[in-house]
Amino acid sequence: MTAQLAPAAEDAALALRAFALWPAGFGGLWLRGPGPARDALMERLGAAVRLRRMPAHIDGERLHGGIDLASSLAAGRSVARTGFLDEARGSVVVAPLAERISPALAGSVAQALDQCDPEARFGLVLLDDAAERDEAPPLSLTERLAFACDLGEASPAGLAGTNLPEPIASPSDIPACSAEGLEALAMVSLALGVDSGRALRFAALTAGASAHLAGRKAVNESDLAVAARLVLAPRATRLPPPPEEDQALPPPPPPPPPPADSEPDTPGDENREDTGTPDPDQLIEAAAAAIPPGLLEAIASGRTRRGSGSGGGARHLSPLRGRPLAARQGLPRGGARLALIDTLRAAVPWQALRREPGETRSGLRIMKDDVRVRRYEARSASVTIFAVDASGSAAFARLSEAKGAVELLLAQAYVKRTEVALVAFRGSEAQLLLPPTRSLTRARRALTELPGGGGTPLASGLSLVCTLGTGLLRRGYTPLLVVLTDGRGNIALDGSTNRAAATEDAAKAARAIAAAGLSGVVIDISPRPRREAAAIASAMQARYVPLPQASARTLSKVIEALT
Amino acid sequence: MNRFPFSAIVAQDEMKQALLLAAVDPAIGGVMVFGDRGTGKSTAARALAAILPPITAVEGCRFGCAPPDAGTCPDPCTSKKTAKRAVPFVDLPLGATEDRVIGALDLERALRSGEKRFEPGLLAKAHRGFLYIDEINLLEDHLVDLLLDVAASGENLVEREGLSVRHKAKFVLIGSGNPEEGELRPQLLDRFGLSVEVRTPQTLDARVEIMRRCAAHERDAAAFCEEWAPADAKIVRRIARGRTRLPEVETPDEVLYDASRLCMGCKADGLRGELTLMRAARALAALEGAKTVQRKHVIAVAPMALRHRLRRDVLDETGSTTRIERAVVEVFG
Repeated sequence: MTAQLAPAAEDAALALRAFALWPAGFGGLWLRGPGPARDALMERLGAAVRLRRMPAHIDGERLHGGIDLASSLAAGRSVARTGFLDEARGSVVVAPLAERISPALAGSVAQALDQCDPEARFGLVLLDDAAERDEAPPLSLTERLAFACDLGEASPAGLAGTNLPEPIASPSDIPACSAEGLEALAMVSLALGVDSGRALRFAALTAGASAHLAGRKAVNESDLAVAARLVLAPRATRLPPPPEEDQALPPPPPPPPPPADSEPDTPGDENREDTGTPDPDQLIEAAAAAIPPGLLEAIASGRTRRGSGSGGGARHLSPLRGRPLAARQGLPRGGARLALIDTLRAAVPWQALRREPGETRSGLRIMKDDVRVRRYEARSASVTIFAVDASGSAAFARLSEAKGAVELLLAQAYVKRTEVALVAFRGSEAQLLLPPTRSLTRARRALTELPGGGGTPLASGLSLVCTLGTGLLRRGYTPLLVVLTDGRGNIALDGSTNRAAATEDAAKAARAIAAAGLSGVVIDISPRPRREAAAIASAMQARYVPLPQASARTLSKVIEALT
Repeated sequence: MNRFPFSAIVAQDEMKQALLLAAVDPAIGGVMVFGDRGTGKSTAARALAAILPPITAVEGCRFGCAPPDAGTCPDPCTSKKTAKRAVPFVDLPLGATEDRVIGALDLERALRSGEKRFEPGLLAKAHRGFLYIDEINLLEDHLVDLLLDVAASGENLVEREGLSVRHKAKFVLIGSGNPEEGELRPQLLDRFGLSVEVRTPQTLDARVEIMRRCAAHERDAAAFCEEWAPADAKIVRRIARGRTRLPEVETPDEVLYDASRLCMGCKADGLRGELTLMRAARALAALEGAKTVQRKHVIAVAPMALRHRLRRDVLDETGSTTRIERAVVEVFG
């Protein structure tokens, strides 16, 4: 029935069927990639359970309920309104544009998902339309959902045959895993570096659901493979260790354990022999094959899913804090505060008109239109983007200075509210080593293994910085570019070794930066400063600072002076 | 409601210990839990609040006044009757506004009848219980400031919108967060009494046990809770005994010297380190049934009391727990 489907769609269909068994137990689904396949799945789901759409911009008042101020004023008595989360009890909430959900909203919804009263629990489907990998729904939500599926452009053909099962009557209808089965799942979770208790819970539950869907009373190996593929693989933070005695293939550096001082990882190898059925190696292999494409590169560059989508930082427009502006008409919701004096001032001139003839009631008559809210103008957070030339022989010295400067800046970040990002360019193209972050822990990890040497793809570096910078600008941050280079690029944008083309491409990229309105500074780190870096700086309309003996401290001082 | 029982949480001994210490002596000043998602942080905090014996409060009081404090809240409460209520556990959502946290003018009444009435916020609700904040490192800074201030003083003072209200707000503050997603300012971190780091166990057996217990809880929550009730009851008795013993625990001078030497040894900033270290050691002694605080108690609580107070050296990557252990060896041999 599902033979002609792409594996992604097939898995999504399976996840959907498991989810439909017990929406609240599985938490939900994270469906990435808009397309006909997703629409088809949602249609199926809509036919089976009650769906409620939650707009991404829903405000706190609507979410939690309370007194409806507008209707209360109109009616002259208090009108209560139930919150969205209360209304959602026992249904499935669909959140379109999930990548735009703010951390604040995510926090409230996550809290509601954690409820333990079985009546009040609900399932959640995140529809994620993000085009780029670095945009994702908040981790606090995706962590609480059992399944993540990347549908991409999968075809909906054949999905029509997916029949959703009846919801289970009680959780005990789902067969339990055997001890060996649990052990195998635990082994897979260790091998893939999945460190969440929730993931373990979901994996065991999914294995049982898979058996139930197939009409079996016991969990077998194929069910465990389903659990490993659907639940554990999308959460992998590292690649499984290669098979024993095969050290020829160096594994990508596994991310060190997050808290600095916990004991080193204990790989699950030592327990391998004593498990009979099922074979954990095969499970791990199956799971590894299902690790979504792109995650591997992310792991290799030290950029795992764990940081993305969080740390939203300060938004530039705040109803809460910052420099006060004039009050504006509007209702106090979504965090906006009532400007009492302004509200009264707006209402006073109309009192004589509003009073009905012969009315004796004293007190002001205030209408909805009188209500004013306070507004503030908050400063937007700034992001310092380092672009470091890691090519050639002097790379090591420069790199370590740049690393030092990044760490020093981050140590100050909590004072100045800055975030830091790092792009390195060497070999054939530039790499984003550290996406914007305020976390010293994470930065340090990304910086530890920063290689140097090779050609100078200056153009690629500048264009990556430009993309990153404009993206941040759009999201309301103030980016500052710090380019550390000698200005002598020798790799063109297309990757060819051609100095003339490379220089031309670099100049083009620099002009694009100027056109995008990004401010920055070019720090010339060659031992004898020459024209090339100055030319790049002028094309970027950036400041030019020759700094032949840059140390981490002078660097961070220069940058601090500029911000 | 059958929450996951406290004693059924696999491993995470340091976190459980810290929570028990805070329950014995709330004056320790809150617990900060660092760790990945899904490591049972909020499960543990909720479970602890759920097993504590109910508190007695003035009936109908919106501020949860204890009977001896009757009438001291802004309302003030007048009822002579008392009622039992569960130990409050307030889960502060990330998006909470200042109004919701500290309380605000009751808008509806103000606009309709001109009455100036205070609408208590989450701080009032958390009085005599727990206030849990997930992802505290993502919370707006001004809110974190405010929370720590109230947690330290035990009183919420509201001066806004023409209101001037003060009410008691004594609670155990529990914060959690993942340092990879943004750090907490050091000066805020310092105000937390204890800090622990949690990680999902890295052994096969523990992980299998986690799955087994989660599945059992899911299958039949009531039976699962029943099974663990005796273990939970034992913990409740330990806390109760610890609380009664706490005032009688003696602190000999040499232990005070030990604590100071240890703080100097690992270069912990500020005096708060010593104070918390002593309080935590006393709470541990009370919990364990000892009559006097001993050096072993100080050493046992040193990592959680001092970990977050060490001066941050950007270029030194040694973990803070290691630095404390090293100092323990240097000072005590």
